[in-house]
Amino acid sequence: MISSRFFDLLHSGKPVVLDGATGTNLQARGLPTGTPSDVWVLDNPAEVIRLHHDFITAGAEVILTNTFGSSRLHLAHAGLDARFEETNRTAVALARQAAAGSEVLVAGSLGPLGEMLEPAGTLSAETAAQVYAEQARLLAEAGVDLLVIETQFDLNEALAAVRGVKSVTDLPLVCSFSYDRGTRTMMGLRPAQAAQALAGAGLAAIGINCGRSLEDNRRALDELRAATDLPIWFKPNAGLPHSDAEGRMIYDVTPAMMGEQVAGWVAGGAVLVGGCCGTSPEHLRAIAEAVRKVA
Amino acid sequence: MDEKLKAIYQCIVEGDNNGVQEHVRAALESGMDAGTILNEGLIAGMAEVGRLFEEGEYFVPEMLISARAMKSAMAILKPHLTSEQVGFAGRVAIGTVKGDLHDIGKNLVGLMLEGAGFQVIDLGSDVAPEKFVEAAKNNDVDIVAMSALLTTTMVNMKSTIAALEEAGVREKVKVMIGGAPVTEAYARQIGADGYAPDASRAVALAKSLLS
Repeated sequence: MISSRFFDLLHSGKPVVLDGATGTNLQARGLPTGTPSDVWVLDNPAEVIRLHHDFITAGAEVILTNTFGSSRLHLAHAGLDARFEETNRTAVALARQAAAGSEVLVAGSLGPLGEMLEPAGTLSAETAAQVYAEQARLLAEAGVDLLVIETQFDLNEALAAVRGVKSVTDLPLVCSFSYDRGTRTMMGLRPAQAAQALAGAGLAAIGINCGRSLEDNRRALDELRAATDLPIWFKPNAGLPHSDAEGRMIYDVTPAMMGEQVAGWVAGGAVLVGGCCGTSPEHLRAIAEAVRKVA
Repeated sequence: MDEKLKAIYQCIVEGDNNGVQEHVRAALESGMDAGTILNEGLIAGMAEVGRLFEEGEYFVPEMLISARAMKSAMAILKPHLTSEQVGFAGRVAIGTVKGDLHDIGKNLVGLMLEGAGFQVIDLGSDVAPEKFVEAAKNNDVDIVAMSALLTTTMVNMKSTIAALEEAGVREKVKVMIGGAPVTEAYARQIGADGYAPDASRAVALAKSLLS
């Protein structure tokens, strides 16, 4: 059974190296401004494979599909819902192709739906659960090894997402939150509250990704570690970006600086480590090398 | 503060939708000036909500609930306000830039601006530069406000400013920007008039740009 490979990796006693950013790296490789990165799954698959491959070469043991914004609802906002099935299936195939001949696992990425749930917004939890379920089923059928619900900020949406995914597949599931107001999400959720609410949900790991600075993410990690026994998924941004004269985003945190932090992440309880926005293959190489040293 | 105004203010801070409607109606029936209710009850309440948000006491849900109470109170109050009192603080055309469909931040800023007495023209999300230009031309707009959540779309703020310049309307409006990846330095680089890190500070910025 394929899914047990993830649990083998998770319980191997050493940290697992995840991948880096998708959007910021594809943009550096020519993704036109204003174009969601998911669009390249069908429009520029060679570059999507190349980025997966670069992360694998840098040391990633788990790569994420380029499907963060490929829920039917999210695609519909961009008028791309006709692509829903094809883009999710193709994204898995591209990741699989990049991982071929290696032990690298493919995780199906599920991002926020881009609408607020009741009571703050108008989307019902039931509909949200169905939308997540529908994408998870496609990704599972296309052959991912695990699923990752990521960059969550609203507990209601995360709970609906987990419920939806669990209703269609038994694949290992990770749920990860973005604490972009320091150690609270924009909805005010704290790591301990997320951990408590998801304690009985049958997750393989609970996580932190994106967020704000490395320091803030590190504090969120400490709070999460104190509140859960689950393995922790940790994919912080390469620090806070600023922009240059041409309006390009610059992440000041160098690969070496990110690598230096890794021993602290692992000591702080992170078991699955990688990076979010700004994390290039070079950053990931530094993370992977640091993981080898602590292992 | 007058007891009636204090009750209205408190309902806004607590996001008590039914309570605020009741108290606004009662205040109007008692003959209180609508402008006073607006400024010293509703707007003062929303300013406190903004302060609590900045302090990290309030988060998005609390802000939305208060803004909703503000909106329903305004619906009752509006017929009693003079035309100068409606949208007296200024007119803002707001939208999420081209390619970006994330409207949560933009909606919050819009709600907070309305709560501060601005008239808000919501252009929606995925707004092309030409649409911002059109709004700036036609609607007697004081401020063009742009939002972006994605690093991949924030560059369209720059193209929108260029489009405003090309159309010859850049000088007649102030441009403010915001959104997760946006910074003060970025605002300076692309020639925006200001940047705000959150909805509450967007209100302060809009006021200062027009003062």
